[in-house]
Amino acid sequence: MNSIVILITAICLTLMSGFFGWQRSKNIHNLRSRPIYHGMNHGLKVALPMMMTASIWLISDNLIIKPTVMSDLTHNNQITLADPDFHYLQIVQIADGLIKENAFNATINKAVEHYRVTKQNTDSAIFWMMIIAGLLGFRGVTKKFHRNTPAREQVERIIKLLLAASSGVAVLTTAGIVLALLFETLRFFNQVPFTEFLFGTHWSPQMAIRADQVGSSGAFGALPLFAGTLLIALIAMAVAVPVGLYSAIYLSEYAQPKIRVVAKPALEILAGIPTVVYGFFAALTVAPLIVDLCEHFGISASSESALAAGLVMGVMIIPFVSSLSEDVISAVPQSLRDGSLAMGATKAETIVKVVLPSALPGIVSALLLAFSRAIGETMIVVMAAGLAANMTANPLESVTTITAQIVTTLVGDQSFDSPKTLSAFALGLTLFCFTLMLNIIALRVVRKYREQYA
Amino acid sequence: MNNNANPVMRADSVNVFYGKTQALHDVSIDIKQQQITALIGPSGCGKSTFLRCLNRMNDVIENCTITGQITLNKEDIYAPSVDIVALRRKIGMVFQKPNPFPKSIFDNIAYGPRIHGMAKDKDDLEEIVTNSLDKAGLFNEVKDRLHNSALGLSGGQQQRLCIARAIAINPEVLLMDEPCSALDPIATNHVEELMWELKANYTIIIVTHSMQQAARVSQQTGFFHMGSLVEVGRTEQIFQNPVDKRTRDYITGRFG
Repeated sequence: MNSIVILITAICLTLMSGFFGWQRSKNIHNLRSRPIYHGMNHGLKVALPMMMTASIWLISDNLIIKPTVMSDLTHNNQITLADPDFHYLQIVQIADGLIKENAFNATINKAVEHYRVTKQNTDSAIFWMMIIAGLLGFRGVTKKFHRNTPAREQVERIIKLLLAASSGVAVLTTAGIVLALLFETLRFFNQVPFTEFLFGTHWSPQMAIRADQVGSSGAFGALPLFAGTLLIALIAMAVAVPVGLYSAIYLSEYAQPKIRVVAKPALEILAGIPTVVYGFFAALTVAPLIVDLCEHFGISASSESALAAGLVMGVMIIPFVSSLSEDVISAVPQSLRDGSLAMGATKAETIVKVVLPSALPGIVSALLLAFSRAIGETMIVVMAAGLAANMTANPLESVTTITAQIVTTLVGDQSFDSPKTLSAFALGLTLFCFTLMLNIIALRVVRKYREQYA
Repeated sequence: MNNNANPVMRADSVNVFYGKTQALHDVSIDIKQQQITALIGPSGCGKSTFLRCLNRMNDVIENCTITGQITLNKEDIYAPSVDIVALRRKIGMVFQKPNPFPKSIFDNIAYGPRIHGMAKDKDDLEEIVTNSLDKAGLFNEVKDRLHNSALGLSGGQQQRLCIARAIAINPEVLLMDEPCSALDPIATNHVEELMWELKANYTIIIVTHSMQQAARVSQQTGFFHMGSLVEVGRTEQIFQNPVDKRTRDYITGRFG
C-alpha cells in the first residue's frame, strides 16, 4: 500500500467530515459555537482516531511482521540462527530491493516472499482499521451534534493538547540526549576512575587496539583540556567584551539612526559566518602573523597557538555581546536618562552611572551566553589551536580543548566500547554541565534584577 | 501678591519646530522669583514642550529647532557660551512619572552632589542628602532604609524622592512636568504642600492638567492653547476673570 495514497485518503476523509459539519451547522439559528468550529470539530474527531490507528504502523514491524516471519523461518526449517536480527535485516533489504536476491539460498528467498505477503496483509489490515476508526469517529461526532454542542471548547482542547505535545517533543529529546550521554559516561567511568578523569594532568587517549601493537595504554586526565578550554575562552572574552560592549554603547547611545540601521545588521552578519571559515582564517592568517610578530621580538611561538584561536574566537563572539547588550541598553527607559541629564550630568556620566548599571543584569547574561558559546566552539580550535594536550598558561603554546578532543576521539576507525571513544561522552557531559551551569547563572542574574526599573 | 518680584527667567517670542511642524508660536512669559508659575492647557498644547525648552531638554530630541530668546538672570541660555551641563545644574526638573534610578535612596539623592563635586567629604555628603530628604518631607519616612533600593518606595514617595534629588544640587529654578499625574490624591496633597514650602527658596514652574491644582498652588498662571500662550496673569485673575474667551471656555470646562 502506497503511503501517499493512505495520506491522501486520510486527508480527504477529514476534509469531507469537516465540510459536512460546517454545512449542517451553517443554517442553524442560535448555534452555540460558530459553524467553523463545528466543521473543525467534525474534521478533528475523524482525523485523530485515524492518526492513532495509523501509529500502529510504527510498531507493526517489531510486533507482528518480524515474529511471524522469523518463527516461520526457524520453525519450518528446523534451524537456529546465530544472529536473527542480521538475517531479518537481510530479508527486509532484499524485499525492498536494496540488495539483490540471494540466488543460492532458497530458504532466505522463501522467507522474503513470506515477508512480502505478511507485510502486505498487515498494511491493508491497518489501513482498513484506520478507515473504520475514522468512520467511528464520524459517527460519534454526528450523533452528538446538537445546537448546543460546545464545538469551540472541544476544538480548543484538542489544539491545546497538540501544542503541549509539540513542546513535549522538545523536552523529551533533550532528556533523551542527556540520558544517552549519562549512560555512556557511566560506561567510561567503569573503565577509567572518576578522579583520574577530573584531576589527572596527562591526556593521551591513544589505545593499542591489538595486543601486539606498539602504543600507549591511554591516559585520561582531562585537566589539560579544561585548562586549554578556559585559556582560549578567556582570550576570546578579553577580545569580545571590550569591543562588544563599546560597540553596543556606541550603537545605542551615540550612533545616528542612519548609522545604526546599517551597522547593527552588519555586526550580526559576523555571527552568520560559518565557524569553519573563522577556523581557516585563524589557522592560515592569524597564526602565521603571530609567529612572525613573535619572531620579530625574539620570542618563539608555536604555529598553532591558543592566542590565534582565542583572538579569532573573540571576533566571532563580538556580535553576541554587542547585539544582546545593545538590546538591553536600548531597553533602559529614556526617563532615567532624562532624569540624569536634567541633574546636569553629562552624557558620559549618564551612561556610566545610570544606564549601564541599570542594564547590568542583561549585559551579564549576554556575557555569560557569549562565554558558554566560546567554551562550546569547536571548529576554530580544531584548526588553529592544535591537538597537543599541554597544560600551560602561555598563550603562544599549542593547547587543546574539550570540544577539539571530542572530535579527534571520534574521528577515524574506533570500536565503540574502547575508553578512547567513551571518553568523548564523558567530555561531552562535562561540557554540557559547564554550559548548563553558566546558563542557569545567567538566568538567575536576569531574574533577580528583572524589576530593576519600575 | 508679590507683583514686583524680579523675573528670574524670561522667554521672548519663543518658537519651537519639530522638523517642519511648529509646536510653539511666539511664546513670551516672565517667570518671577520665588513664585510658583502654573502652565495649564489641553493635551498637546505645547506646555510641556515649553517647559523642556527652559532647561534645554529639547536638545536631546533630533530635528528640534528653537528660535527666540530665553534668559536666566538676563543671560541667554541658548548662547553658544553657555554650557548645557552648568545650565541644568541651575534649573532642576521633576518629571511626570517618578524616575528614581535603580540605586539606593541615598545614592539617588547623592547622585547630583557627587557628579558636581559639591561635598567635601563623606559627612558633608550625608548632610546634603539628609537636608534634601528633609526639605522634601521624606526623611522621617525613609531614614531607616536609606541604603535600600529607591524602587521599593511607593509612587508618591518616589516622586518626592525625585524632588529631593532635584533640590539636592540647589537649583535656582525647579521645573515640574505634571508631577502629580501618576499619584493618588493623598500623595498629590503631600507634593503640593511640599511645593508651598519650597517656594520660599526656589522658583517653581509647574505644568499641570488639574486646574484645581493650578489654582491651589500657583501665584501666576499661563494658559496654553494650540501652541500659543493665550493668556498669562495672576492666578486669581486667570481663574476668576479671564480676558480671553478661550481661557474662559477652558476653565469653565467647555472644552479640553
